[in-house]
Amino acid sequence: MEIFEIVTYFILLGLISTAIRVVTTSNVIHAAISLVFTLALTAILFLILSSEFVALVLVLVYIGAVIVLFLFGIMITRAPLGKNAELDNDKNKKLGAAIAGSIFLLFSYILINGFDGEVTIASGSSTELLGEILLTRFIFPFELVSFVLLAALIGGITLARKDEALIDKDQV
Amino acid sequence: MTEVLIKVGFLAAVALNGAIIFTIMDVKGASWMQRRPGPLHVGLRGFIFPLAEILKFVQKEDIIPTEVDRPVFKWAPAYVMVSCVALFAVVPMSPTLVVADLELGVFFALAISSLGTIGVLTAGWSSANKYSLMGGLRAAGQLIAYELPLILAVVGVVIQAETMSLVGIVEKQIEWGVPFVVGGQIIGFLIFMVAATAEMMRVPFDMPIGESELTMGFMTEYSGIRFLIFYISEYMNMFILCAIASTLFLGGYHVPLLPTEWVNFYGPVVLLTKTAILGFILVAIRWSQPRFREDQLQNLAWKILIPASLVNILVTAVMKVGF
Repeated sequence: MEIFEIVTYFILLGLISTAIRVVTTSNVIHAAISLVFTLALTAILFLILSSEFVALVLVLVYIGAVIVLFLFGIMITRAPLGKNAELDNDKNKKLGAAIAGSIFLLFSYILINGFDGEVTIASGSSTELLGEILLTRFIFPFELVSFVLLAALIGGITLARKDEALIDKDQV
Repeated sequence: MTEVLIKVGFLAAVALNGAIIFTIMDVKGASWMQRRPGPLHVGLRGFIFPLAEILKFVQKEDIIPTEVDRPVFKWAPAYVMVSCVALFAVVPMSPTLVVADLELGVFFALAISSLGTIGVLTAGWSSANKYSLMGGLRAAGQLIAYELPLILAVVGVVIQAETMSLVGIVEKQIEWGVPFVVGGQIIGFLIFMVAATAEMMRVPFDMPIGESELTMGFMTEYSGIRFLIFYISEYMNMFILCAIASTLFLGGYHVPLLPTEWVNFYGPVVLLTKTAILGFILVAIRWSQPRFREDQLQNLAWKILIPASLVNILVTAVMKVGF
């Protein structure tokens, strides 16, 4: 158990350092790759906490889809190699630090207070339970979320789509 | 007038046929002059040919162009390799011969297989080469588009088997008596194979590499061992996706009528045979089909495969609940 704890602390250390690199690097792609590692380490943390499902969702959705779309978006619009001075924004550093600090405090308070200092050890996989709860007790919020996502999708298409009248017929 | 037409026709006929004859001569001549008996005859009927290929790549210089983004460029092949190797962890060769029989095996496979996309994209970007960037963009567009039907096609199997464990899925097929491809998932199987071929970026889905227009796509700037990693990964990916398709749809390590008590002995042989048959079909398609155009490729994914796989899920779910 000792070694296990040491490994966990190393993972946490790596997590913090890659997360800091995401916001400090002045290269957009390096930031995206650091984010991949941050998410991968978070997935490992979830695995250690024996919630396989969340870990795999993190890999499938965030690394496999969101980051890939980030990279795709960066490359299709502009893909500068090397450093990008625009990324360093000194003006908002204090504000950013204040917000990050307050979020950290809020989360710590909720986690410590919510569990009353108790350590709950989950054993085995909870995926089946998760699926059952999602489709019975939380069926309404679940459907609501999917409805919101659909609305966001349609909204995205509407915003991205050019208006018929604005398209120059000769250039199409 | 007719004379002119005849002359033009004659010229065209001679020129075209001449071109064809010269093409043949070029190929035959090259083979004769450079002695290219090729992979059919050289060294034990060509079976030790790949070893020579690997030796060649390993001893080649690993060139890193000056303008590239070094760390990103160097590590890009690793993502592809890791995702390929990790994938095989959940494929069962027999009920006991499996690296990890995860409860969420199918989900794990789909999650890990999406990692390779990052390697391809970063390779294309970091090469500081327009061909590479175009190849990377095409690859990303293709891999994103075909990952959806791949995942959705598997959902049908998961509904029918009521489990995400790959061993569990095979056991369910043994229980049913017939593989899922016969027992209702034929459309799912076809969608899976098409999407898997696109994920491997093999002909007819090799737009990202398209050697006649993009040199070698996202791999253009790679040489030596790093190129070898990409090259080997393609075949590894092909092998593993075929193995997963055999497991999900073709009954995995078991064939009907064989006694289940002996499954630990014949299991690996059966699975590898099924994988090899699927692989051979892919090879046959590669050497007989032309490449898809980019818009056709995207249309196929978004307008045909994804709706078809959604209908497949619906029908499977209705059958499951109704019968």
